[in-house]
Amino acid sequence: MTQPDLSSLPTTAFEDVATLAARRSARWRPGLAIQQGKALHSEIFASSREAAGAGAALALALDDWRCTPRGEGEEAEDRRSVLWVQTRDAARLGGRPYRAGLPKDLQARLIHVLAEKAEDALFALEEGLRCRELAFVIGEVSGNPKALDFTASRRLTLTAQKHGVPLFLLRVDAGRDLSSARMRWEVASAPSDTPEWNAQAPGDPAWKAELFRARSHAPGEWVLKGSDGILSASKASRQADRAVANWTAGLQHRRTPRRA
Amino acid sequence: MNAFAANLPVSQTRRILSIWLPAMAMDRWRLGAAERREFDETPLVLIADTAHGPRIEAVNRAGAGAGARAGMMLADARTLCPEIVTAPSDPAGDLAFLEKLAVWAQRWGPWSAMDAPDGLLIDVTAVPHLFGGEAKLVADVEAAFASREIAARCAIAPTAGAAWALAHYAAPGTILGAGEDAEARLGELPVAALRLDQDVVTVLRRLGLKRLGELTTIGRDAIQRRFRNRKSPAANPLIRLDQLLGRVPEPLLPVVPQAMPLVQRRLLEPIRHRQLLDQVVSDLADDMARELERRGEGARRLELGLWRVDGEVAVRRLELAAATREAAHIVRLLAAKLDDIDAGFGIEMLRLRASWAEPLALEQGDIEAAAENHGIALSALVDRLTVRLGEGAVTRPVPFASHIPERAQRWQPPLEPEPPSQGQLAFHNRPLKLLDRAEKIAVLYATPDGYPQRFRWRGEVHEVTRVEGPERIAPEWWRERGTARLRDYYRIEDQRGRRYWIYRLGIVGDGRGGAPDWYLQGLCA
Repeated sequence: MTQPDLSSLPTTAFEDVATLAARRSARWRPGLAIQQGKALHSEIFASSREAAGAGAALALALDDWRCTPRGEGEEAEDRRSVLWVQTRDAARLGGRPYRAGLPKDLQARLIHVLAEKAEDALFALEEGLRCRELAFVIGEVSGNPKALDFTASRRLTLTAQKHGVPLFLLRVDAGRDLSSARMRWEVASAPSDTPEWNAQAPGDPAWKAELFRARSHAPGEWVLKGSDGILSASKASRQADRAVANWTAGLQHRRTPRRA
Repeated sequence: MNAFAANLPVSQTRRILSIWLPAMAMDRWRLGAAERREFDETPLVLIADTAHGPRIEAVNRAGAGAGARAGMMLADARTLCPEIVTAPSDPAGDLAFLEKLAVWAQRWGPWSAMDAPDGLLIDVTAVPHLFGGEAKLVADVEAAFASREIAARCAIAPTAGAAWALAHYAAPGTILGAGEDAEARLGELPVAALRLDQDVVTVLRRLGLKRLGELTTIGRDAIQRRFRNRKSPAANPLIRLDQLLGRVPEPLLPVVPQAMPLVQRRLLEPIRHRQLLDQVVSDLADDMARELERRGEGARRLELGLWRVDGEVAVRRLELAAATREAAHIVRLLAAKLDDIDAGFGIEMLRLRASWAEPLALEQGDIEAAAENHGIALSALVDRLTVRLGEGAVTRPVPFASHIPERAQRWQPPLEPEPPSQGQLAFHNRPLKLLDRAEKIAVLYATPDGYPQRFRWRGEVHEVTRVEGPERIAPEWWRERGTARLRDYYRIEDQRGRRYWIYRLGIVGDGRGGAPDWYLQGLCA
């Protein structure tokens, strides 16, 4: 029995393993909140012609919320409210939340704020993030208002981080401007799965979601499906893999000199 | 209560003092200013404006001598006595005055009730010995009212009804003893002593029943039959008679004096700058918090009055979502309301009043860290948002009993309890978002089944690939007009997976309008 000499192995083998691990952990997937905690500030870009943005935001928020382990000394059941802030424009374009259509858990806990201007909406969002009795905050702002610049989004990020209340900011019909959001998604509707009993009917909602900017994840594209409140993701295309590979390659390059 | 007392009927143990102020409105007017006493000898009436002209509400002695009566039109009184002097009456002020008198009258008994518009009822059970007997108590009452120059007549009886009747229709200061036969003593009083409505008194007079004693002569059954439909005590002589004699209890609403928490600061030097104002407001909020804490209450509504040097008063009101006595929170909310204050030549006095306070138990303060690190409570959040965004901006959707989707949801203040409702049916699939108004869509091509295959909404064409429906929602005939049309709802998905909730208003040939229109009402997730 001869021990394999580790030093004789090519170093690339180790690097491959490290890269693979990094690649796996870097990829976003549902239920990641167990390991990494909640995503505190996400932006979701969507069109006002569909409720895909709101649906995906709720699904992502509920996924994080369910997967976060309950802390010491917290109630076993989280009964905190949810704040939904809309500007009047966003409410006019995309409608207001309808209680009977909300996920079951949220129906009795929604608090809705209608703000006239984007400034008021940002004020309400920031105040909401400071409130310890909120599970998460959803904001809906249409277009690219002047008030919502990088400074404003940085304020929101810092407040969310300080108080640990996640923010999901829906950007309705907006361009991808500067923002300090930790995760930025572009969401559109996708054809749904055929329901079991009626093949003609629309099924459980599905969304095509592109994570185009994220601080701790590789960008990628998924088809998200929310059935019975469980979020599942499937890969949309091969291109996403390549993007992940590029991203982790960059990661590796950055790390190597530090070890040496 | 000991066994002996428990054996006695309750009505026998109680003593009620009734005070009638026959000329309260006029007395109050006269006491309002010193120079009004000069009108004692001139005919004077208090008038109220009605649709048919001014009507007399109260008359002074000289006016009554000249022929004016309460309830008369002023024009009629003028024909009798052209030199009559008028002054406006003030019913709201009279009621407030009566309320003050009711509190004042608690000097004769532990609780008192208002007997609007011009009477007081005081429970003097087990009190008279403090005044040396009931006769001396009555004398004390008369002396007290005489010294205030208010005409009063009083009586003491075992029930409120009997005391009222004696005060109004018997000699002043009558006392009906606990052991006396009430029926015999009260039998000679007119039927109006039963506190009945005027029309009932008229009916009784037409029946020939003029005195209380005569009510029993025609038999209880006859009166019972006559007034069987009258449930209110003021319309049914039998109920009033039983109350008078203590056979049925008569609940009375006592007046409980309640002082509002109020703090104020008078300033040596009028302030004109915001910084100083903020300092004073924060001092006031601290005082208010201390005052509320002493009483174990929290404020729900606060009123801040700012008295300016030039006599103007600015008032800022604040309503809170939950009772609070946190000074910092109050200051923060008030600060937002003070932005548009015009100080003019300066503000010399500030007063903070909690006009609505609710019990709030004492609780342990934050001993570990400041609230800044802990975040704020939900009620504080709602307050802050409401102050900045206005009333009605912060709401909560609650279900409402209706089949029409846009009516089935209402918005209410966020911290109010949810109204009871029937649960939602599991097979009803509702959209995530509902448009404020259903938007009309142009159907370009419809299948023979009835639903659109291709439609245009907000300038874009949608191809329907999948559909579920119809779910028919009929108009609510008990509420809507007969011409309202039914709705057939469809849940659809278009070629790009966008899901909508659309409906057709009416069906072809329902006789309620032309060809049915299509609307898009909801966006599904």
